[in-house]
Amino acid sequence: MTKGFTQRHLLGMETLSREEITTILDLGERFLEIADRPIKKVPTLRGKTVINLFLEPSTRTRTSFEIAAKRLSADGINFTASSSSTVKGETLIDTAMNLDAMNPDIVVIRHAQAGSALLLSQRIRAAIINAGDGAHEHPTQALLDASTIRAHKKRIEGLTVVICGDIDHSRVARSNIFALRTLGARVRVAGPRSLLPIGVENLGCEAYDRIEPALEGADVVMMLRIQMERKAGSRFPNTREYARYFGLNPRRLALAKPDAIVMHPGPMNRGVEIDPGVADGPSSVILDQVSRGVAVRMAVLYLLGGGSGEEWSKS
Amino acid sequence: MPDILLRGGRVLDPAREFDAQADVLLQDGKVARIERGLAAPGSKVIDVKDCWVVPGLIDLHVHLREPGQEYKENIETGTAAAAAGGFSAVCCMPNTSPPNDTRAVTDLIVQRAREKGSVRVYPIGCITQGQKGETLADMGELQEAGCVAVSDDGHGVMNSEVMRRALEYARSFHMPIVQHCEDSALSAGGAMHEGLASTRFGIRPQPAAAESAMLARDLELVALTGGRYHMAHISCAESVRLIREAKQRGLPVTCEVTPHNLMLTDDACAGYDTFFKMNPPLRSARDQAALREALADGTIDAIATDHAPHSPVEKEVEFEQAANGVIGLETALALALELVEAGVLTPAKLVMRMSVGPTRVLDLPGGSLAPGAPADVTVIDPKAAWTCDSALFRSKARNTPFGGRAMRGRAVLTVVGGAIAYSKESLVA
Repeated sequence: MTKGFTQRHLLGMETLSREEITTILDLGERFLEIADRPIKKVPTLRGKTVINLFLEPSTRTRTSFEIAAKRLSADGINFTASSSSTVKGETLIDTAMNLDAMNPDIVVIRHAQAGSALLLSQRIRAAIINAGDGAHEHPTQALLDASTIRAHKKRIEGLTVVICGDIDHSRVARSNIFALRTLGARVRVAGPRSLLPIGVENLGCEAYDRIEPALEGADVVMMLRIQMERKAGSRFPNTREYARYFGLNPRRLALAKPDAIVMHPGPMNRGVEIDPGVADGPSSVILDQVSRGVAVRMAVLYLLGGGSGEEWSKS
Repeated sequence: MPDILLRGGRVLDPAREFDAQADVLLQDGKVARIERGLAAPGSKVIDVKDCWVVPGLIDLHVHLREPGQEYKENIETGTAAAAAGGFSAVCCMPNTSPPNDTRAVTDLIVQRAREKGSVRVYPIGCITQGQKGETLADMGELQEAGCVAVSDDGHGVMNSEVMRRALEYARSFHMPIVQHCEDSALSAGGAMHEGLASTRFGIRPQPAAAESAMLARDLELVALTGGRYHMAHISCAESVRLIREAKQRGLPVTCEVTPHNLMLTDDACAGYDTFFKMNPPLRSARDQAALREALADGTIDAIATDHAPHSPVEKEVEFEQAANGVIGLETALALALELVEAGVLTPAKLVMRMSVGPTRVLDLPGGSLAPGAPADVTVIDPKAAWTCDSALFRSKARNTPFGGRAMRGRAVLTVVGGAIAYSKESLVA
């Protein structure tokens, strides 16, 4: 069952092979139908403990992981910043060692600083899933994005995927660049020069400082959230000007292929990086991304949690 | 204090362009004679065959953490580490707690060094009160108490007017200003060098221009004021170019480089290991090459460790949250010897950058084995093979990025003022 995936943790997309990614995507595809069952639950991870260690605000990712764990019958526990001892000054390592002493099987971590998932993996026995570490990686987002693209385009190899917006602060962008490159897509990143990280071209993508040329002939358009809380405000004048020059509106979307799909990792700033007409329009697959997020996370939990055999499909 | 006769070593005294096999007699705290086949009845004879005998190494940039942060290091442990690393003198930075911006703090450091120190300690005072960059510190009194320079190390002096007046005022006392070049607006939040590596790792970066932009401004202020200026821990190619040009203009500027910036690049941050986090950060391979070239051609005057001890409390945390700094006193010499092995330095140039250069930068005694000079001597076994194990350090701290590295060459004897400050067990019975 776990053939093609031998990693102990899921820390990022940069180190995964095409076979490993494909294994997760294929499994996620099979988990997708569980959401349509009257009883949305399989016993696969019964008796396993999954801790959601979310030390940075998150609603959808945490909920998605929580639902994924519950549908696999794992015992999911939420440990969030507001309820945690980190606000009392405990270090991440101490938090990790305390959790480890309770012997969980999987710890899902979201943290504001790059490298925190790796740090955790070096200190505790449980399998670690990186649910976002600073501006570094957010692998399950890239996996659900790949799953969505594959479902709508029937392939990933050879597609042109444009990632637009605040590339510099974006872990979603990094994970997607790594994953999509590995899967054979042509990746473009686009945004104002002040939001493009130095040397991003060397990650194997093309960089554009205006979005129009990047959109030309694109199969997939991925818009990133403008992250106001990360002081992106000092990187461009204001949201009105941003929307005017870098937002995705119907006129700009027309530069992409007629059958191009539009994606967004959420949460969206409607009217800033994405026009409401585009977000809700026929090209948008944004809500499908969310549905697939649960299935892909089930696949990851399954693979790392040592789920056995085919029992999930028989229930 | 018995006389010491160092027998049979290769004496390297580049200040006098001396490089020959000879015996060295140390008497009454001074270098007495250097000759072949010296006989000195009654003296303690130490066989240093196959070793280099050089003027004591001097580290211009060390954090001894006393007063206030003795849990990281103190004057006793820091100077013991210095002696074990072959240094006979260190300059200690003023970012203690309280900072060394008043004579009372300098007095304490000087007194503690006299009581507990293994090597000479030259305090560096603050440029501004509390290192806040606003009001000049009492430079005259600091100097009177023993400070050899002033620096707000850890922070650049952001305000150009304050920097101008600091250069002018310090000039009246012939005090060099040691500047930590960092435009804090450009560097804000940056935990590593901005480049492809930071983009890959998602670590918030600071551009090399945060250093070179402040340096460029400072050099114009040096031209304006004639103030004596020393740039701490130069780390990037742009700064090298600026210093080289400034020296060609005849400006009174010098600079130092750390061993870690000479040996490592930003790729080393791949594992988010906080022992590779320091400020200025590890730079690109291009910067490293420029630093090595500048060290060889004399654009860079000195190797200085920026020995920055931290406890696990500051380092066993997330990368971006970790304190900046690595220790260096007990590894600097072996790393410099690697540069000799690599053809970047000659043995004489190594001594220039680690002993003679530092004395010229801050006008310190030492740097010479001329008869009559203070008996500050380092004996180096250039072939000794060892593995860097921080558990064996004299320093209280363990935050070295070189743990486990195979090293070649080390100090086997450090003499300060004619007294043995450190000796490897096998050398002196």
